[in-house]
Amino acid sequence: MNRSVLDLWVGIFVAIGIGALLFLSLKVGNLSTANMSESYVLRAKFDNIGGLKVRGPVKSSGVVVGRITDIGFDSKTYEAVVTMNIDGRYRFPKDTFASVYTSGLLGEQYVGLDVGGEEKMLNPGDVIAKTQSAVVLEKLISQLVFSKASEGQEGQKQR
Amino acid sequence: MPDLSNPIRRLGHATIERIWRLGFATRFLFALLVLSGASFRRLHLTLREIFFSGVLSLLIIMVSGLFVGLVLGLQGYETLQRYGSTEALGVLVALSLTRELGPVVAALLFASRAGSSVTAEIGLMKTTEQLKAMDMMAVDPIARVVAPRFWGGVISMPLLAALFSAMGVLGGWLIGVVLIGVDEGAFWSQMQSSVDFRYDIWNGVIKSFVFGVAVSLIAVFEGYDSVPTAEGVSRAITRTVVTSALAILALDFVLTSFMFRGA
Repeated sequence: MNRSVLDLWVGIFVAIGIGALLFLSLKVGNLSTANMSESYVLRAKFDNIGGLKVRGPVKSSGVVVGRITDIGFDSKTYEAVVTMNIDGRYRFPKDTFASVYTSGLLGEQYVGLDVGGEEKMLNPGDVIAKTQSAVVLEKLISQLVFSKASEGQEGQKQR
Repeated sequence: MPDLSNPIRRLGHATIERIWRLGFATRFLFALLVLSGASFRRLHLTLREIFFSGVLSLLIIMVSGLFVGLVLGLQGYETLQRYGSTEALGVLVALSLTRELGPVVAALLFASRAGSSVTAEIGLMKTTEQLKAMDMMAVDPIARVVAPRFWGGVISMPLLAALFSAMGVLGGWLIGVVLIGVDEGAFWSQMQSSVDFRYDIWNGVIKSFVFGVAVSLIAVFEGYDSVPTAEGVSRAITRTVVTSALAILALDFVLTSFMFRGA
């Protein structure tokens, strides 16, 4: 069996194809989920997670330290349970505060970890005790409207 | 030939005919898979088909990918500009290419460029009784002719789709960054932070693999099942292109609803 020109062309074709795949995965996409090989799980319970989504980022000081892997509902406490995969390089103290933030006014929502001062660290699988729910825009607006309306009524009574 | 003067009878005849062909196609697929050992043991047969269906499709795939990317860049910029978020152009171009346009358009081009020629080749071999001659010489035509063409298409398709997407991203970059002047760093970094390898790129590869199987199977089956006349072969080629296009678009819907459930 001899090498032929045809083999060369097929080789070039396969090389270009694999090159395109590499380009897509390295330059276009991010392999960050793959290189987070050492990670551990933390859980947090929220009253309201707003528009939080699976695969959303977990940030601390604005740096992405993990990803949300699962969102569930605890039917005993009627709370949302958010499971997060945290990069193994980062550890957080016991009194870390987990909140649901929105990036920008209408951007995506993410879990922010605000670090406390405790010496002991959270272990893999721990549940973050202190959480703050998402700010629901409709609630804010309705509160504003109602408070304005009640102010107006009180003003009329006084007159 | 049954009496087909009655329209209801004709409808029934056509329906039974379709179901018959579907059953034959399924049996054909299994025979193909069982007999495809030879196309890997004698790899040069498959390599030759990769050359004819893959390498010779390179030009049309790369040029069309580039132009699709250029158009996406222009149209995307036009729309994003209204919301003042032109940096998201990279995300828009990359996501639409890797998730949908890359696999689908590359498969449509592949069906009309390579699928039709495979059908024509096998159909003409049948017409000139080369397949029967092989059978006489105890060479199974499915193992010798059909299976290498099938696997050549299946192997080529994901590579071509990835190439299409990569060229499209380059096209979008050319319009957005080089010509219009979107910030280059934001273009790439936003793209990288929103395109996920497993979720977006890998799903696109799976899609193009499925399309490759569908298009190759339709192409070899239509050729093998063609009526061995000049008219029959030309009809088979037409059916290859039409059926492949419908299959690609229908499968794309099914796969998309499985893969991207708005998570």
